[in-house]
Amino acid sequence: MDTQTLRTIANRVRRRDLQAVFEAGAGHIGGELSVTDLLTALYFKIMSVDPAAPLAPERDRFVLSKGHTALALYIVLAEKGFISKDEISTFLKPHSRLNGHPNRTKVPGVETNTGPLGHGLPIGVGMAKAAKLSNASWRTFVITGDGEMQEGSNWEAIMSAAQFKLDNLTLIIDHNRLQQGARLADTNNLAPLAPKVAAFGWDVQEIDGHNMEQICEVLDASQIVTGKPKCIVAHTNKGQGISFMSDNVAWHHKVPNAEQYKIAMDELEKAAP
Amino acid sequence: MNAPFETSKLHDCRDAFVSTLEELGSANEDIVAVCNDSVGSSKLAGFRDKFPERLINVGIAEQNMVGVGAGLANGGKIPFVCAASPFLTGRALEQIKADVAYSETNVKLVGISSGLAYGELGATHHSIEDFAWIRALPNVPVIAPADRIETAAVIKWAAAHQGGCFLRLSRVGVPDLFPEDHDFELGKANVLHEGTDVTLIANGTLSYRAVIAANILKTNGISARVLNMATVRPIDSAAIIAAASETGAIVTCEEHTVFGGLGSAVAEVVVDECPVPMKRLGVPGVFAPTGPANFLLDEFGMSPQGIAESATDLLKRKR
Repeated sequence: MDTQTLRTIANRVRRRDLQAVFEAGAGHIGGELSVTDLLTALYFKIMSVDPAAPLAPERDRFVLSKGHTALALYIVLAEKGFISKDEISTFLKPHSRLNGHPNRTKVPGVETNTGPLGHGLPIGVGMAKAAKLSNASWRTFVITGDGEMQEGSNWEAIMSAAQFKLDNLTLIIDHNRLQQGARLADTNNLAPLAPKVAAFGWDVQEIDGHNMEQICEVLDASQIVTGKPKCIVAHTNKGQGISFMSDNVAWHHKVPNAEQYKIAMDELEKAAP
Repeated sequence: MNAPFETSKLHDCRDAFVSTLEELGSANEDIVAVCNDSVGSSKLAGFRDKFPERLINVGIAEQNMVGVGAGLANGGKIPFVCAASPFLTGRALEQIKADVAYSETNVKLVGISSGLAYGELGATHHSIEDFAWIRALPNVPVIAPADRIETAAVIKWAAAHQGGCFLRLSRVGVPDLFPEDHDFELGKANVLHEGTDVTLIANGTLSYRAVIAANILKTNGISARVLNMATVRPIDSAAIIAAASETGAIVTCEEHTVFGGLGSAVAEVVVDECPVPMKRLGVPGVFAPTGPANFLLDEFGMSPQGIAESATDLLKRKR
């Protein structure tokens, strides 16, 4: 799939996300808009997954460790055919399987239940280790938030992934510089992230996390460095695509009013490739 | 069955655990062991030597250890995640909740040296809250075998079971209670001693003490039933209801705080279904002092004589 088509899908995902947050009156729109391009590239260009066989043993694995942005994942899964697009309108409704954090036992395509931060990468290490033990070629991808990297369990996992030489594991850090209530820099500043992860023995690359060409290139299997797990520090903007949300800490989980919704939707529609 | 046993021959159930795991591992290459630098205390050296690739030591990092177990299960492996029980269940409780229980992964959590096994090391190393913590979670059966034979049977059951579980093992020596061909059935208590006046319910290292207590009571003319209740969740409600209705009084004995463990699980059934006088023996809501496990159990009223005395006292309250 060419990058122009990927951008078209990502734009559609952003519009559906905005609409769902507006209608549900809740969601984590800032982080959903920052991770959308990464999710789109993974599901439509990089990963081998089949909506008709969501548990196929040889599938690539994806873990959305920043589980609070589940809505973006649900929409990408719907675009891919794992669930129906109509179901997105049930987001957060009573008894909907699309609750605020993804659930593997309910939603096909979800690999593990995330929500509490710092859980996804250890699980990704186990997945990648399982593939190595089985001499299988499937890959494992984990996306964390940058604030999430403050959880110590991530660094336990980073150490063990290097020790186990898991070159079939890719960690993507959605580096949007904002956490729930403040900027990363004003809270517990992990930046620059790249040298810290590299110091643990990972192959680290930095990209513009909204540049589809860069995303696809860096995630391509040809970029694997034998014996080293890979970390992509994806420089992103929280609220990417909507001017008044972008890089604005207020929009972690704020819901637009009717006027803001119209402006935001207009901007996304105008930006459609 | 009135189980015959010799208290002079005591076994460390970890040996039965690892020999069974090695046997299972030979037959099924999907079985892997995950540990936190605990190759020695989990007795995994033999497994490591037989299957070096399948011993996954993540170092001293329990949160990562449980997450790695969940990921291995996702990849089709059958991980036995082994660590000292206080650190497995305490440090990694949220991983057990989200990655194992809620995600319904096929992870076998093996808490080694549980209860008061590390008696002399102090309360940081005691694991007398683990029944309560894990029992509060859906989807994770909680099992504490009573001897080496039941331990081996439980490990075989766990490997075949599709889903997570918490196996609470000890290093404190216990005599054989079961015949060699004993099979484990989840959620099913075993009668170790028949009786009609009172029922003693125990598991793990307390089961044989309860049997000795029943023999003491017998010499005093009291007929005590002893139930080995290895499975704390799902609890064997039928056996508890039968014990209440047929013997009219229940004493529980456990190497655990009296808050939230076996005694609480039994009391929940008794209160809902068949109220009778009960006495819950265990650690009475304190951090235990220093001393070997067997000394501490005696201190907390769970010597065979102490259990017999509690049962005798309880009978005074029987209607």
